Parts: sequence; structure tokens; C-alpha cells
Amino acid sequence: MSDIKKFMYLNRRAPYGTIYAWESLEVVLIGAAFDQEVSLMFADDGVYQLVKGCDTSESDMKNFMPTYRTLGDYGVRYMYVDQASLEARGLTADDLIEVAWEDWETEEEVDNIVEVVDSAKVTELMAESDVVFSF
Amino acid sequence: MSDTINVDGKEFAVDEEGYLANINDWVPGVADVMSKQDELELTDEHWDIIKFLREYYEEYQIAPAIRVLTKAVAKNLGKDKGNSKYLYGLFPYGPGKQACRYAGLPKPTGCV
Amino acid sequence: MADLFTVNKSPFEKNSLENAIKFSTEGASILLIEDGVYGASKGTACESMITGAAGKKFYALKSDLKARGIADDRLIDGVEVVDYAGFVELVCSTDKTQAWL
Repeated sequence: MSDIKKFMYLNRRAPYGTIYAWESLEVVLIGAAFDQEVSLMFADDGVYQLVKGCDTSESDMKNFMPTYRTLGDYGVRYMYVDQASLEARGLTADDLIEVAWEDWETEEEVDNIVEVVDSAKVTELMAESDVVFSF
Repeated sequence: MSDTINVDGKEFAVDEEGYLANINDWVPGVADVMSKQDELELTDEHWDIIKFLREYYEEYQIAPAIRVLTKAVAKNLGKDKGNSKYLYGLFPYGPGKQACRYAGLPKPTGCV
Repeated sequence: MADLFTVNKSPFEKNSLENAIKFSTEGASILLIEDGVYGASKGTACESMITGAAGKKFYALKSDLKARGIADDRLIDGVEVVDYAGFVELVCSTDKTQAWL
């Protein structure tokens, strides 16, 4: 019995210059109601969405960086980051926010579901997803 | 053009659905005035939820979806309160919409 | 005097920065704003666009750096941080402004 599909949200845009990152986040938040297996993939400029230390107080923009930290509560189980994209931008896993996850029924906990993966793994994860939403 | 509500002699802008236009404007009196309009008397139990919503928004910058609110309330305020029966008992128009409105939050994302 | 070029696109996604550098004259000022500020970080695959550009002065807008979590110690040496007032000064002190999108 497998009605559960693997949904992947692929994020390839920087967070503030365009509306893509916020739109993707909103769809993930709304889509949580469908109880699917949800993963997020961050590649290319999309890796900038997870960089910590963002402060929009002087830019008159909403800082939605804190919202990523609640995604574990919205059924997001995996957040993958393409290693090559990070490296090309002079970044490492230490520059990224951490997102905790907890199964409310079994109380299983994961401290951080953000995981840096190599390109071969990115390909594999995309291929095995039933649906890929690209932003 | 936009609507306002009057709290202790001060006008607060609200959107067409009655949600506070600017979350930073919020004072507890906003919840008092809004609940009075709904003919609902706020108890400590209501305030626990309103306070919880304010804290959730402060931390994550969104209003929680109802199921997230329910789970989070169960975790933080106890399982007897973290269920939709209890929350709907307090906020008959829906804990997502009504409580968020009293707390000065926007309507929860995905809530129609 | 030379022109001011503003660049608001990420150098990883668009060639705006690369070509603004290429087509600008000696002494030009290049101001990175919005997603353009990503080009100001050091240690990236695009770093050489700026470090290899001789005779041009680079600036990055402070509020956009902050919004994107780019701390001053991550900036390429020689890139000057300006606030909105500095932006206006640049506009006034150069011949004209070209917005590279």
C-alpha cells in the first residue's frame, strides 16, 4: 500500500533578488497538508537560501530565513545541498543553518536534516523522486 | 480606504479580513477589542494560545498551520491542550484564523 | 571621469558582472547591489572576475550584503562597502550611471 509519493522541491535561485525562493517555501508549507515524503534540494544559487546570519532590517524585505527552521514541523524530512554549488561559492556546511526534525508520534528526533551531498547523489535523489517541483 | 479598529483611543489599521496590517503594532488590547467584536470572552486559556502564537511567529516569521499549531501546543502546553477539540472549543471560528487574528499575526499560510 | 555601473544579478547565474567589467572603461566604478553582491565574496568560482580586473573600482551595497549574510571579512580585498548615501555620492560623482541587469 503505497499512496505516499516522493516529492522533491528543487531550489536553484538566490533568496531575495527574485520571488522564487519565497514562492517555493510557501508551496512547501501549504503542501505539508498532503502527507507526502518531502525533500528539498538546494543547488546553484539556491544554496544561498540556507546561509545563516542574514539580516534584512536595512532592506525593507521580509527575512524568511527563520522560516526554514520550522520546515521539520511541516513534514520536510530531508534537506539536501549540492556540494559543488557550495564550494563554487566559497561556502561550507558550517555556513548553513541547521533544521531539526522530530516525529511527533514516535518522538524520533534528528538534530539537523540539512545534508551536503555530492553531484552523483543529487542525480540519484532526483531520479528516484516521483515528482520534482523546480523553482 | 483601509479599515481600522480602535484600541484605547488609538487607531490600528487592519486588512479587509480584519487581520492587523502591521504585526509590530500589536498590543494585548487588540485581542480584547477583536474578541469583544466576536462576543467572545478571553480567559487565561485563550491568552496561553495567543501568547504561544506570538512566540512562534517571533521565532519562525510565519503563522503556523493548524496541524503544526496543534502539535506544537501539545508539546509545549500539554497533550490535553494540543488537540483540535480543545482549540476549537476556545476559538470557535478556527484556532488558525481566529487566534492568529487576535495575536496580530497574518492569516496562516495555506489557510483559505 | 568614467561611468558608474550598477550590477544587480548574481555572477553565477548571469554574465552581467563579467560583461560590465569587460565593456567599462578604465577608471569605471562598479557597484554591486541586490543579488549582484554575491560577486563580492572571496573564495568563489567567480572571484577572478573582480580580482583580475585592473583599473576599475568595486563597491557593494551594505544593506544587500547584510540581507544575504555576507560579512565584511568575506569580501574580496579592495571592494568598498557603501550605504545608500554612498550610492548617491557615486551617482553624483561619476559621468553617468548604467544599470546592468
